Amino acid sequence: MQAFDYIKATSEVEVVSLLSRDGDQTRILSGGTDLLVQLREGRRQAKLLVDIKQVSEANELAYDPVGGLRLGAAVPCYRIGSDPTTARVYPGLVDAVSLIGGTQIQGRASLGGNLCNASPAADSIPALIVHHATCVITGPGGRRQVPVEDFCTAPGRTILQRGEFLVALHVLPPAPRFGAAYLRFIPRNEMDIAVVGVGASVVLDESLTTFVSARIALGAVAPTPLLVPEAGEYLAGRRISTETIAEAARIAQAATRPISDMRGTAAQRKHLAAVLTRRVLEKAIERARA
Amino acid sequence: MSKALVQSVINGEKIEFLCEPRQSLLEVLREVLGLTGTKEACNNGNCGACNVILDGVLVNSCLVLAIEVDGKSVTTIEGIAPPGGLHPLQEEFLNHAALQCGVCTPGFIVAAKALLDQNPHPTEHEVRRWLAGNLCRCTGYDKIVRAVLAAAERMKAGVRMEVK
Repeated sequence: MQAFDYIKATSEVEVVSLLSRDGDQTRILSGGTDLLVQLREGRRQAKLLVDIKQVSEANELAYDPVGGLRLGAAVPCYRIGSDPTTARVYPGLVDAVSLIGGTQIQGRASLGGNLCNASPAADSIPALIVHHATCVITGPGGRRQVPVEDFCTAPGRTILQRGEFLVALHVLPPAPRFGAAYLRFIPRNEMDIAVVGVGASVVLDESLTTFVSARIALGAVAPTPLLVPEAGEYLAGRRISTETIAEAARIAQAATRPISDMRGTAAQRKHLAAVLTRRVLEKAIERARA
Repeated sequence: MSKALVQSVINGEKIEFLCEPRQSLLEVLREVLGLTGTKEACNNGNCGACNVILDGVLVNSCLVLAIEVDGKSVTTIEGIAPPGGLHPLQEEFLNHAALQCGVCTPGFIVAAKALLDQNPHPTEHEVRRWLAGNLCRCTGYDKIVRAVLAAAERMKAGVRMEVK
């Protein structure tokens, strides 16, 4: 592997100052499951790795019913999936988190890394988007917060500016009668990259028969994970029925711009986008009613 | 690039070593510390042959920098068996002929050890799912899964050697 220096940072200020010194040649290390492979294969270059696993806010996993979930960017997937509170309050998020790699990858890979790697097929991103998650970004100018749906700009590219890094994700506490889910299609049972992935969340009215609001986001059907606001707008105020769900799935499908590659053709992805949107909406409704 | 001094506990023993920041834990285990039981196969996190337990968590040692284990505890395949004997997992791998070429075996046994440490009575489905990140290209997975279930069964019945 190419030679680089390594610093274990202990504060956000230290990370920002290291990034400001030589931002183009400095990479943030959290789980390393993408970064170390990319460095070894020469797909990325670095002169310095800054390990953020000791930065307290990047390593925090905490929930309170008012503020919601504070999820440090470096928290490994296994901690999220095995945390009883997170599993109970955000099953739709845990759907996606537990799909990322096998046991060994779960032990290291973080959601912050999944997001910053900015793969169009990343499983966690559609799930984060439908949960109204925001990115907490620290840089030379201080902190800013950005909705997850605005974070990725192209495959492998994000809105992070020179000197900035992702510290944490904040997820709103679920509204009453909220339900969410994530589903993906892969050609085998485990350990693969999504051909299409879809996340959905719904808020139902008190009678549990009508959508108050809904969010649908898709992965692997565009250069970045894709929020489809018009599908949610269509559902808001409508009664739950096979027809309304099918129409929302059609709207989501129409928003996709898939390519054909080794994992599937554009036509197959279009088909899957509608099927998965329907199924994931049904799952989200089931959870909202539970 | 200058070398860093790393202090960690490997298989219960305090160890100090020097490494370059770019060296993986796998590389240091095999080439600096002579612990060649941990195997290098894909070297990119797909196969699980290099599995070790890092502070109680199963990881691919090819995807951990050696410098990251400073102050941490690592268990490799060499640390699984009690002195002079074998761990029930190792015995059941032999009983079930759950290996042919053997390159994947240390990774499977370390992964299975990590599973039984936190879930002593796994179902077959739990074993299969837990081991989904380990690849075997000759024996097939069925004998491996049966060996792990048999070891769990024996350990549950108390038919086990003293293992640290």
